[in-house]
This record gives sequence, structure tokens and C-alpha cells, in this order.
Amino acid sequence: MRRVYLDNNATTPVLPAVFEAMQAHFAEHFGNASSMHHHGQETRAAVERARESVSALLGCRASEIVFTSGGTEGDNLAIFGLVRLGLAPPGDHVISSTIEHHAVLNSCKQLESSGCEVTYVPVDGQGRVDPDGVRRALRKNTRLITVMMANNETGVLQPVEEIGKIAAEADVYFHTDAVQATGKVPIEVKRIGCDLLSISGHKMNAPQGVGALYVRKGTILRPMLYGGSHERSRRAGTENVPGIVALGKAAELAREAFSRGDLERMGGLRNRLEQTIVDQVDAAGVNSLGTPRVPNTSSIYFDCIEGEALTIALDLKGLAVSTGAACSSGAIEPSHVLTAMGLSPERARGSLRFSLGKQNTAEDVDFALTLVPSTVARLRELSPIYNKTAASY
Amino acid sequence: MSQTRTIAIAMSGGVDSSTVAAMLRAEGHNVVGLTMQLWNQRRLAGQEGMPESVQGRCCSLDDVYDARRVAETIGIPYYVVNHEDRFERDVVRPFVEQYLSGRTPIPCSLCNNHLKFDQLLIVAQQIGADTLATGHYARVEFDDKRGRWLLKRPADHSKDQTYFLFGLTQEQLSRTLFPLGGMTKPEVRERARLHGLALAEKPDSQEICFVPGGDYKNFIDAYLAEQGDALPDTAGELVTSSGEVVGEHTGIHNFTVGQRKGLGIATGSPLYVIQIKGDARQVVVGKQEELYARILRTRRVNLIAVKDLTEPMRVAVKIRHRHEPAPALIEKSGEDEILVSFDEPQRAITPGQAAVFYDHDIVVGGGWIA
Repeated sequence: MRRVYLDNNATTPVLPAVFEAMQAHFAEHFGNASSMHHHGQETRAAVERARESVSALLGCRASEIVFTSGGTEGDNLAIFGLVRLGLAPPGDHVISSTIEHHAVLNSCKQLESSGCEVTYVPVDGQGRVDPDGVRRALRKNTRLITVMMANNETGVLQPVEEIGKIAAEADVYFHTDAVQATGKVPIEVKRIGCDLLSISGHKMNAPQGVGALYVRKGTILRPMLYGGSHERSRRAGTENVPGIVALGKAAELAREAFSRGDLERMGGLRNRLEQTIVDQVDAAGVNSLGTPRVPNTSSIYFDCIEGEALTIALDLKGLAVSTGAACSSGAIEPSHVLTAMGLSPERARGSLRFSLGKQNTAEDVDFALTLVPSTVARLRELSPIYNKTAASY
Repeated sequence: MSQTRTIAIAMSGGVDSSTVAAMLRAEGHNVVGLTMQLWNQRRLAGQEGMPESVQGRCCSLDDVYDARRVAETIGIPYYVVNHEDRFERDVVRPFVEQYLSGRTPIPCSLCNNHLKFDQLLIVAQQIGADTLATGHYARVEFDDKRGRWLLKRPADHSKDQTYFLFGLTQEQLSRTLFPLGGMTKPEVRERARLHGLALAEKPDSQEICFVPGGDYKNFIDAYLAEQGDALPDTAGELVTSSGEVVGEHTGIHNFTVGQRKGLGIATGSPLYVIQIKGDARQVVVGKQEELYARILRTRRVNLIAVKDLTEPMRVAVKIRHRHEPAPALIEKSGEDEILVSFDEPQRAITPGQAAVFYDHDIVVGGGWIA
């Protein structure tokens, strides 16, 4: 069966060049980067080359990059590394948003249960955080603002540069989760004005289990892991060298892709996909169409459809897309992102996320277009709600 | 081997539904495994009277893990679908409300009617499967003479689950497969072993899936507390059938018809709950003999083997899961109401339970005891 993967916001395949680069660091160049000898030295060199490559992608110094196990660790390290627990009331205050990834949201919840205060700034109908909302949320004891750069479900680019200015004026730390932006839009940490920025390898064609946190020079982080003096004592533990090398290579490829205009091509495919679907399917529309998005993501609602059933039906025909957020059993819960931007729970449940990757071709989009409208039509035939309301469409 | 088709299987992570999946897969069908996420066991965990951690039988992560492993072992696609909202609306709330009004509900029947053979059947159809197979011990077949789908007792009467399936409509039955209907439990376990399923020895589940430990009273308290509702005051009097007040009780939901223990009255002869008067919040107690009655009324009736009950019919009627069907005459006594007259008085006829009518192995239909 032909299978087409349009769920690249969940994870991406490792690109062949990336796979090749990392392979050498399993059996051949296997040394511990902390070792004095030859084996250690060649590994150290590979790790530092990767650090330079990642810093080049983000526009920072190599010394400002801390390698992590992924986006979740980066978010946790940023938040728990800066926010002080156990202060006398009122304690530290944090500003975040209602549409963050669970890595940030649940970290904030943990802060709240430890006596910190967190304000979750709402989003508008397009799923965009209002910078004025961030400004208004500032307090004397605000320690950190953490707002994502691009949303994983809608792809909406958040006004991080404006928030960066607000943070700078208020002299408050600013962290942005850039996991879904990396490799999709150019990132310049200086322009954003952030102190911390987390990225994840497996969202940008490196493997799962590696990521990085940009930590602006002079920012003192309390580590989460204690041990050796790896990563300038900001993250103890022997480096995941194959992963780090892969991340470095993926960062290099990402920069090349920007200069080749690959992302414009991807945006063209995405636009054709969503426009054709919306043209061919009644009572469907693109979420967040009216605001800038990363070029690979499309969130489309189909009224009177359970996104869960549609996702399964498409998977059984070879098309991988996603809906909502998977809970621990693997079942789907209505997206907190879509409901936060004002979609009804029904429409949120009827929304599908299509996310393209570097490996996707025009033929992949054609394949999706042969399946989606017909499958939606079949599901609606079985929907009592649609048949009742069909007349109104 | 019958014709190849796409069949969805309701997989609970137990032996029965897992074996169904393995059997149908071995027959060469396109099989898709589905598990319903119905209740978040963490919701009430840690509340007073509720377990700190959750080892619930239904929707527990362990069961989903088991089902997923089976799907992987036999090589079928598998998905968990979320029906928590509907389950709470159609099963959990009615369960709580029934108890608070002095009735003894059967959540499994509600779940079958509103979730398994409704929502899950819709999902099955939406993903291209016209039929849904489950691990129930029951049989379904089309009867040409009557032109109707019949629900029948399984070969192994000790595992008979038709009592919980009386609400199935013709449409639902026409899309349902019960592949275990002709098998005994030991045979099913043997088949599970033959198919290499690691859970062949997994113990059977008995309790209500969303009530950990089976203590429904603590569940009701915890659920109401979570909803921000105070437990309504259902305390009242213990009275005899002649109306004499013999004591007080702390709430009618703590009682079930036929109950003997926990009445808190010391008398010479043993006393039983013989009736719960929800409106008056009275629990009527009496002697063993008073528990017996010959007549009951059922409402919200579903008929399976016949389209309508135009004249009285001789059947055997089962009034709780563990009850041997007793001979009776059933007749229509109103719109959506059937009167059941037993040949012999029956013990502890309990409002909220179902009365299911059998013509030998055939389920004629059933209704809820008023």
C-alpha cells in the first residue's frame, strides 16, 4: 500500500545525509567527548562542529548552545532553571500563553503547585497571542515570559519580536519554544530578543532524543541534572554524540534549504493542499488562515466530522495526518489550542492537521487530495448531525 | 473460510476480545482493533474513599497496553478512540442519578446501548468496516421466517451476556458479530494460547469498569464532589411495609432491594430491604417473605425477536444478571410498557435493573424494571 506521511509536526524522517553523518559516531568514532585521548578529541571536535552549526542556524555564539535530549527538556531547563521556587510570597511570577505545548503548560502547572504564579495570556480568533496582553500581565515579581514561536497545531507564528521588546523593557527573562519554527522560518535570536530558545532535533530531520537550548550569554541557569561538567555545567551527562552530530548536520541542511527557497516551495504545496480541500469540501475551512503561519502546517476543520474517525479512515488508506493531542492511552482529546482560539469543541474535534516535510512531493499532495474529500463525504453520509444540517450549507 | 471483509473489533485488552481479534485475523479478514477510552481513571483518584493510584479494569493504561500488544502480535492496525464525553453523559451520570433516586442501575447495558453498539459502531462504519465484532458471549443470527435479527443465548450459559444486550436494535444486531457465541471460556483461553497471545491466562473482570474496587458509594461521593455538587440529602426513615418507623438511614443510595446487612436495626428475625421509596426517602424493610412478588412492570422496552407484542406471550424472564430465567406471561400494558406476571413469586425485584424475556435461547426483548 502506498503510504504518504503528512504529520511532520509530530516527527520527521531523518534525512539520508543526516543519517550518514551520525552513523560514523556509533562504532567508528565512538569516543567520549570528555576523554583526553585521540578518541575523545575526535568526538569533542564533532560535538563542537555541531554546536557551531546549530549556533549558525539560530544566529548566536556556539557557547550559547546547550545540547539537550529534546524540546521538552529544553523547555523544562529554561523554566525551572530560571524561576525560583520556595521564595517568600508572592514568589516569582511567570507569563505564558494558553496555546503552549504541554512541555511548557505542564511545567507552568508544576510551578503553580510550588507556589509560583502564572498568567496564561489568551489568543485571538486566529490563535495569535496579543503582545499587549503580555504587557498587561507584567507584574513587579514577573521573572519569566515563555511564549512559543510557532504553534504546533495551527502553525501560527507568534509575535515573539514584540514580546522580546516588552521583556527587555521590563527587564524580564524571555524564553521561546521554537520547536515548531526551527527549519521552517529563519530564526535570529538577537532579533527576537529572547534569552532562551528551545529546539528539537526530530522536528527538523534529525533523530528523536536530541535538542538544544539557546542560553544567552550571562544567563545563569540552575541545572536540572547534576553530574559532570558537561555543557559548561548546564547539563550534566555524557553527550548523545550521534544525535548531536545529526542535529548539527540537520541545522546545516536547514540553512541550505532556506537559501535554495525550499520553504517557499513547501508553502506552495501546503497552499494548494488546503485551497483544494476547502474548494472541494462543503463546510470546511482553514484555521488561522488570516495570520502568518509557518509554511508547512495546515489546520483544517470539517464540520460534522469526528477528526478521530477521519484520521483512522485516512490512515487505513495510507495517509498519515493528525488531530488534537494524544493522551496517555493514545486516545485524542479536543485540542486546547483550537478551543483557546474560540473554536467550538465540535469544530475542534473535527479539525485535522496536515504538516508537510522536506521529503514530501507534489505527488504526495495529489495523493492526499484523492483521499480527503471522498473520505470526508463518506463519513458525513454516516453522520446524523450532518444530514440534519446539510440543508443549511 | 468465509468471504474477506473489513471487521472492526471492540478490544478491551481482555482475553475474550483479544481472541476474537486473533480468530478473525486468522480467517483472513481485514481486521481493525478499536478500544474506547471511556473514563479517565485519574479523575477521581486520591479523593476520599477512592484509591490513590488507579488499577481500574476499564480504560486503564494496562488494558490499552495489553490490547495494543495483541494487535501488534497478530498484525492488525489498532486505534484508541475517545468517547469520554458520551460515556459520562450516557452512563456515569445516569448511574449516579439512579442510585440517588433509590434505584439499582446497570451501567453495562447503558454502555452497550449508547457507546459500544452506537458510537463505536459508527466509528467502525466510518472507517470502512460494516461490522463490529465483540468478545461478548451471545449469538446473533438472521431468522428468515421472522425476517428479523435474533439475539440468542450462547452455548456456554454460565457466561451468558445477553442480559446486558437486550437493548440492541435490529440495525445494531445486523452489524454485529459475536464470534465466541459457540465457545466455552476454557475453549477461548485455549484458542488464545494457540494464537500465541500472552494474555491467555489474564483473569476475568467482574466489577463495574469505572468504579475502582467496586465501591460505588465512594464513587458517587467522589464524583459529586468533583462536579462541585453536594451529595443530596437522601437520609430518611427505615419503615416496615405497614408504615411503622423502625429506624433511620443515612441515604437511600446505600441500599439495594434484597440487602440484609448494614441496616443498623437489631431485631429477632432477619430484616431485608424490600423497597426503596425514592420520593419519600424511605427504605422499607421486612421479612424474607415480603421480598417476593409475582408482578413487575418494565418501561423503555426493546423488542428483538418480534416487532410488537400484540398478544400475551409465555416466556422466561430474567430480572438480574445472576438470575435463572423464570416462567412468566408478558403482555403490553401501555405505550412502551410491558407487564410481567411470573408463575411463581420472584425474590428481590429491583427497580433500575432490567427484565429480559427469553423464549428458550432466543431473547424476545426486555425493558427496565419500573
